Amino acid sequence: MQDLGIQVLFEGINFERLLKGLWISLKLGLISMLFSVILGLLLGCVMAGKNRIIKFLCRVYLEIVRIMPQLVLLFLVYFGAAKHFGADISGETAAVIVFTFWGTAEMGDLVRSALISIPKHQYESGYSLGLSKLQLYVNIIMPQTFQRLLPSAVNLLTRMIKTTSLVVLIGVVEVVKVGKQIIDASRYDNPKAALWIYGTIFLLYFAVCYPISKLSSALERRLKV
Amino acid sequence: MRKKLLCLLLVVAVLSALTACTTGNGRKKAANSTTARSLEEIKSSKKIRIGVFSDKNPFGYVDENGEVQGYDVYFAKRIAKDMLGSEDAVEFVYVEAANRVEYLQSGKVDIILANFTVTKERAEKVDFALPYMKVALGIVSPDNALITDVSQLNGKTLIVVKGTTAETYFGENHPEIKLLKFDEYQEAYDALSDGRGDAFSTDNTEVLAWALQNKGFTVGVESVGSLDSIAPAVQKGNAELLDWINDEIAALEPEQFFHKAFEETLAPVYGDSVSADSLVVEGGKIE
Repeated sequence: MQDLGIQVLFEGINFERLLKGLWISLKLGLISMLFSVILGLLLGCVMAGKNRIIKFLCRVYLEIVRIMPQLVLLFLVYFGAAKHFGADISGETAAVIVFTFWGTAEMGDLVRSALISIPKHQYESGYSLGLSKLQLYVNIIMPQTFQRLLPSAVNLLTRMIKTTSLVVLIGVVEVVKVGKQIIDASRYDNPKAALWIYGTIFLLYFAVCYPISKLSSALERRLKV
Repeated sequence: MRKKLLCLLLVVAVLSALTACTTGNGRKKAANSTTARSLEEIKSSKKIRIGVFSDKNPFGYVDENGEVQGYDVYFAKRIAKDMLGSEDAVEFVYVEAANRVEYLQSGKVDIILANFTVTKERAEKVDFALPYMKVALGIVSPDNALITDVSQLNGKTLIVVKGTTAETYFGENHPEIKLLKFDEYQEAYDALSDGRGDAFSTDNTEVLAWALQNKGFTVGVESVGSLDSIAPAVQKGNAELLDWINDEIAALEPEQFFHKAFEETLAPVYGDSVSADSLVVEGGKIE
């Protein structure tokens, strides 16, 4: 039994701690995604517009997000804000800000590409039916955009949940960090703990992300009809 | 032009994000938290914030009940007790090796007690108090070809981990020793077990603990190279708190507090292989 290493999961409240860590990851991912979807939809519509200056600015924003590592952004918001503006932001708030900043850009680009992928005749048919611009978007364009958007948006959400493992560097203890703490605490009496802990974390991530992608494919199927 | 725009946009974005959240999260003294809290402020808040490691057993780690433990933590609790009257009057902030300086500079913790080795570069950014521990390099080798002196390594292969003090020390001072470098500790230990090198060197605390767990290997050289000290750190310029810590460390000398801390936290791990005197520093005095 001593050699198995699996008992590390059941010592004290270790497993409960892992689950709590998972909840932090999930919570950060979901809240950020919620904001990203709302802001990203707006941004996408703006980006699909014709104003060249606005388009250029959006492009710049998108490039910044893509070029800057999320870690740098996290440090900027968490430590930089405190150092230069005296703003003491909690680690979790900083994480939500950064992930929203990132998610909005990605989401905006997804919305933009989904919008412009709608064939022109869809717009023209709508107008020829006498629909107003609002009616056109609500009844014809948005439903189709949504359907095209869903797979990539879900992909973004699962990526976001997994990227939350970075927030440990701004002091937020999420599931991977809890795992490292457990492995380290038992490194003298249970050197094989690492395999079990990382294996469990793998399963936990899977348990969270798999239902999300299942849900999206179910939604997709329903929307197709 | 484009670069300027980029910068401008970034600033605007970060700023707007900040204003959005500071209003919602206005803590007590948002106005000037850039500078660390004074002794008075800590005392009136009845809680001191101390940054510790949460995965550096046995110095700072979280046990199976979710409680933070270790040598550094033991001292942190004593600081809380002597400053604020209760061992529990401390808020532990879990830091990483890479962000310890940032935590102090941004005033998010009052003291860092995270196995912080005193170096010249770091001393430019933070203020170190008196040391409470010392580390040197140790050399571990197989029992059947035990290295008990650095001179025995002449012409042999020594395993080191990249970025450690061992790499710098042997590279600069012992060109006659062949170095075999690895990125991670695990690889280095594997290489030693496989016999790809004659010995392995890194911090003595690390090799001593490893040798205990691995039969057939012994730390033949317990202390080589320059002696590094480990000390509490506060934000640069926070003289009041620094003086308080220095007085505290001096005041703890008569009762041999750090020897007691050693017995409580390090002895269970190191057993008889390490004497307290080779690690512990009392009253900030390194002989």
